[in-house]
Amino acid sequence: MAKKINTNSESYLKMYSQMVKIRSFEDQANQLYLDAKMPGLTHMYSGEEAVAVGICEALTVKDKITSTHRGHGHCVAKGAELKQMFCELLGKEEGYCRGKGGSMHIADQSNGNLGANAIVGGSMGIATGSALRAKLNGDSDVTVCFFGDGATAQGLLYEVMNMAALWNLPVIYACENNGYSEYTATDEIAAGDILDRARAFGIEAHKVDGQDVLAVNKLATDLVARARKGEGPFFIELITYRYHGHHVGDINRTYYRSKEEEEDWKKNKDPIKILGDWLVSEKIASDDELKIIRDDIAAEAHVAVQYALEASYPNSNEVDMHVYMEAN
Amino acid sequence: MRSITLSQAVNEAIAEEMRLDSSVFLIGEDVAEAGTPFKITSGLVEEFGTERVIDTPISEPGFMGLAVGAAMTGSRPIVDIMFGDFLFLIMDQLCNQAAKAHYMSGGKLNVPLVVRTNLGATRRSAAQHSQSLHALVSHIPGLKIAMPSSAYEAKGLLKTAIRDDNPVVIFEDKLMYQDKADVPEDEYLIPFGEAAVLQEGNQVTLIGTSSMRQVCEEAALILADEKISVEIIDPRTLVPLDEKTILNSAKKTGRVVVVDEGHQNFGVTAEIASRISEKAFYYLDAPVIRMGAMDVPVPFSPVLEDLTVPTAEKVASNARKIIAGELVHEL
Repeated sequence: MAKKINTNSESYLKMYSQMVKIRSFEDQANQLYLDAKMPGLTHMYSGEEAVAVGICEALTVKDKITSTHRGHGHCVAKGAELKQMFCELLGKEEGYCRGKGGSMHIADQSNGNLGANAIVGGSMGIATGSALRAKLNGDSDVTVCFFGDGATAQGLLYEVMNMAALWNLPVIYACENNGYSEYTATDEIAAGDILDRARAFGIEAHKVDGQDVLAVNKLATDLVARARKGEGPFFIELITYRYHGHHVGDINRTYYRSKEEEEDWKKNKDPIKILGDWLVSEKIASDDELKIIRDDIAAEAHVAVQYALEASYPNSNEVDMHVYMEAN
Repeated sequence: MRSITLSQAVNEAIAEEMRLDSSVFLIGEDVAEAGTPFKITSGLVEEFGTERVIDTPISEPGFMGLAVGAAMTGSRPIVDIMFGDFLFLIMDQLCNQAAKAHYMSGGKLNVPLVVRTNLGATRRSAAQHSQSLHALVSHIPGLKIAMPSSAYEAKGLLKTAIRDDNPVVIFEDKLMYQDKADVPEDEYLIPFGEAAVLQEGNQVTLIGTSSMRQVCEEAALILADEKISVEIIDPRTLVPLDEKTILNSAKKTGRVVVVDEGHQNFGVTAEIASRISEKAFYYLDAPVIRMGAMDVPVPFSPVLEDLTVPTAEKVASNARKIIAGELVHEL
């Protein structure tokens, strides 16, 4: 028993660290934007960390994910390095995509991340196709398709859920419901209950508190194991919240949501704080130990961003490289 | 040599590649027992089973998306898009996802898949089952576009497409499925980016893609009776395009008519004509003539539909005019 508790403690602390890592990454990314050091713009994941971490900690490195325009969290949670991520955000050669993808297209195949996608709902087919490949080849990996509540309005979801259900594919549809589809409340764009849409295809669907990383992880661990055994597909709706606007430039947003609402989530439903309080109450870590974790990771993110700022841009001869894959 | 139909040639290409490579699978509407409405894939499900010859619901964006994800993770899907017109339904998955994944990931991801579809009017099917939309996808970097003009090309190009590590769209002429041609029994591949010079001549070059190769060959027969020496070129792939063979011929004959069944405006004929004008201008004795499909939705009524596509008579007439130094179109 003692050993099991230790293993679990490590896993809880890993989840804490991973969530802090995402928050630190996003804090730095936001600052890069505010300081006009980042080309283009980006979409912050802050506030939703428990979703990506709770799910990705239930996956192995061979399992696949597809991600979204709000994808930094999934990328970090699936094991990516901050240096290469910051390099990509800044269009540098050492970025995950050699600077050709940017914030909305980071792919990290080595960790099973098939890429973020700037078309809302655009990766639903890719995730389901990855699961089809697994089934055809007899591979044991599971694919998780992350998307937001806004993407539930795309028809592609219903085409691929239909096929996934018909063919029992090992895919988990993870709907991050952060309450807003760009600048519009989800209530105004989604008729009925989102879970019913999956259930209409006979897909087992669950709703979970997306701020409670342990609840997310427990559910995901169970569903991933079942999907691996051929019991998929599954659908999860994770109730969460984004602290920033739709993108970093979405500053004045009181026309679609109140400051009081934002403060309430940050104060009372912050996923890092919720897990931190629990770790302390369970005596798994002390406040001081958690502060050390946060400070260390913030320092690591700072070093990574400084590295990326000084890194080289791609050579101009890269502009027409990788349009086509050359034959071996 | 034996002679087989274009339909049989396609079937053989798929079967041979599926035997060679277990990561190849076929996916689309009614590709298994039904063998598609054109009966092209008949027999494949009996050999390879329903796991590799996959019937889908009528969900083109959905199964195209599945193919992209499967290709990204190690499979080599062949996607059957029943009519070329349905390409509009898969545009996001083909052009935003498949075509760009390799580039956007800095070369990390690749999407080795083939979209098999068709083109061609005069089947009395009206405007949503008759379009020739190859120009549309030729515009998108990251895609390769093949245009077989007979059973021989259909087999050799499809086998090359299946082995290519990039997304390839291959357009078969749906009126040619029952047309026979000599096809070797031994394995062969036709490399992309190599045009075929089908007939050598020195007074005028006729460039014909896919369905328009036959039209050009018929026009050449008409012109042969008038002792006009015609060179015929089939580009075979639009992307990559064998510019060298085309320019060499243009330089030799000094007169070119480009014939293609896509709409003429902003089309394949315009692209080829403009490359010739840019790179062989001082060798030309006449303007390069474009002949595409009329810029109208394809009409149903046979008497109207037949007016919309280039014919051998019109090609011969235009060739005659530029040889005589007459302008083809009045301003």
